[in-house]
Amino acid sequence: MLFTNLKHILTAQEHANILNENENVMVICGRMGPMCIPVYGIAEELEKQYPHVKFYDMEFDNPESHVIRNLPEVRSFMGIPFVIYYKNGKVVHATSSIQTKEQITSILDNVFGK
Amino acid sequence: MYLENKNAMDKSTDYDVIVVGAGPAGLTAALYLSRAKVKTLVIDSGIAGGQTILTHEIANYPGIERISGYQLAHIMKKQAESFGTEIKINAEIERIVLDRRIKEIKLKKNENIYTAKAVIFSLGGRSRTIGATKEEYFKGKGISYCATCDGDFFTDKEIVVVGGGNSALEEAVSLTKYASKVTIVHQFDYFQAFPHAIEEAKKNTKINFMLNSRITAFNGDEKIESVDIENIKTKEITPFKTDGVFIFIGYLPNTELVEHALMLNEWKEIIVKSDMSTNVEGVYAAGDCINKKIRQVTTAVADGTVAALSAIEYVMNFKSK
Ligand SMILES: Cc1cc2nc3c(=O)[nH]c(=O)nc-3n(C[C@H](O)[C@H](O)[C@H](O)COP(=O)(O)OP(=O)(O)OC[C@H]3O[C@@H](n4cnc5c(N)ncnc54)[C@H](O)[C@@H]3O)c2cc1C
Repeated sequence: MLFTNLKHILTAQEHANILNENENVMVICGRMGPMCIPVYGIAEELEKQYPHVKFYDMEFDNPESHVIRNLPEVRSFMGIPFVIYYKNGKVVHATSSIQTKEQITSILDNVFGK
Repeated sequence: MYLENKNAMDKSTDYDVIVVGAGPAGLTAALYLSRAKVKTLVIDSGIAGGQTILTHEIANYPGIERISGYQLAHIMKKQAESFGTEIKINAEIERIVLDRRIKEIKLKKNENIYTAKAVIFSLGGRSRTIGATKEEYFKGKGISYCATCDGDFFTDKEIVVVGGGNSALEEAVSLTKYASKVTIVHQFDYFQAFPHAIEEAKKNTKINFMLNSRITAFNGDEKIESVDIENIKTKEITPFKTDGVFIFIGYLPNTELVEHALMLNEWKEIIVKSDMSTNVEGVYAAGDCINKKIRQVTTAVADGTVAALSAIEYVMNFKSK
């Protein structure tokens, strides 16, 4: 269970539905740990500034998160959280481990526009 | 008329005290300030909690047997807010003016000027990075600063741990649960850790040591494949094959914001007197960013208490000055 104020994705099916129904989606796949908590906090803050982007989290240890853990884009990742940016259901960017607010904002602006 | 003015004041950006940094020191200061009905704003460039959110479990905070750092931070924040503290997170400071009677703070992407009679800096510290080529690029792709977070990605792999203090040696031992081999790379030929931590690491058969050594480069394509290690004595550099590098080489105070405004010591820590006052009138500092030896949650909350009580006295006497 992730204790964040973000919307949670619990199943692979839910993940698929969200990608189907939304153009711009960011999913943070992590645990309640030191490298992940700051990223959830930043996303919670940015949610208001990016109404055209849907922000979600998904628990890394939930077996259903294989939809993220098995993406080719995360093959070299060895640090949580895995953050995936989807446009029209396709991965357009992915990061591994903790990121700063500037790094996240710059990716959001780049891939989804301000 | 008085009430109207008071309401207008409440909505304004004028505060009695602004606390910069929402770690244990800043949140404790805010709790004391707002409980004393001092109008308080806390500004943090990240999220509330500071380094405690980097801590999986805190077992040495009196009164609470065991708690995750995240939970402790959450309670501290709620407690300060319950007395009226306002907290702005993910807010980056663009400019500070401290040398006037009324202090000013301007945030990035925010037109307001926040003013206060007194300011408390509780800026804490951060992990030191090696600064070698491609360190940022390989973060999460072989480089990690958290063994409990990322250790399981290195199951049956060979890794390097950099550092010679308690964190480095304790984390090296804990990483042997996953890794097949752990090499500790340390710049000196002695360790700065407690004897029991050194002993634990030395008796672990999966741990090897490379002393008088430092990493000068991280190499690889998509993820780390090797590091260049320099022997500090001979200056010889040799490539060393590894699947990952965990870095625990101490902390730096986050005092860049005030380095031209306040007096710092040679380690860039803010110099304070016993009442936590700095060299600038009406400006206080507390927690890991000040000149002191022991950096713990207990010492940070103690400093935050003293800074708040000093700032309250200063604000009370402000008009008569
Ligand atoms: C991995 C780890 C484990 C630890 N384990 C323990 C433990 O078990 N027990 C214990 O007692 N202590 C532990 N500590 C130490 C403890 O966390 C610190 O001593 C304590 O958090 C210091 O509190 P602080 O408020 O002074 O600073 P911090 O906790 O560092 O908080 C400083 C805050 O200031 C903010 N800030 C910095 N610069 C700016 C700026 N320019 N503008 C705005 N905001 C800014 C930061 O974002 C941060 O939120 C641990 C530390 C680490 C890293």
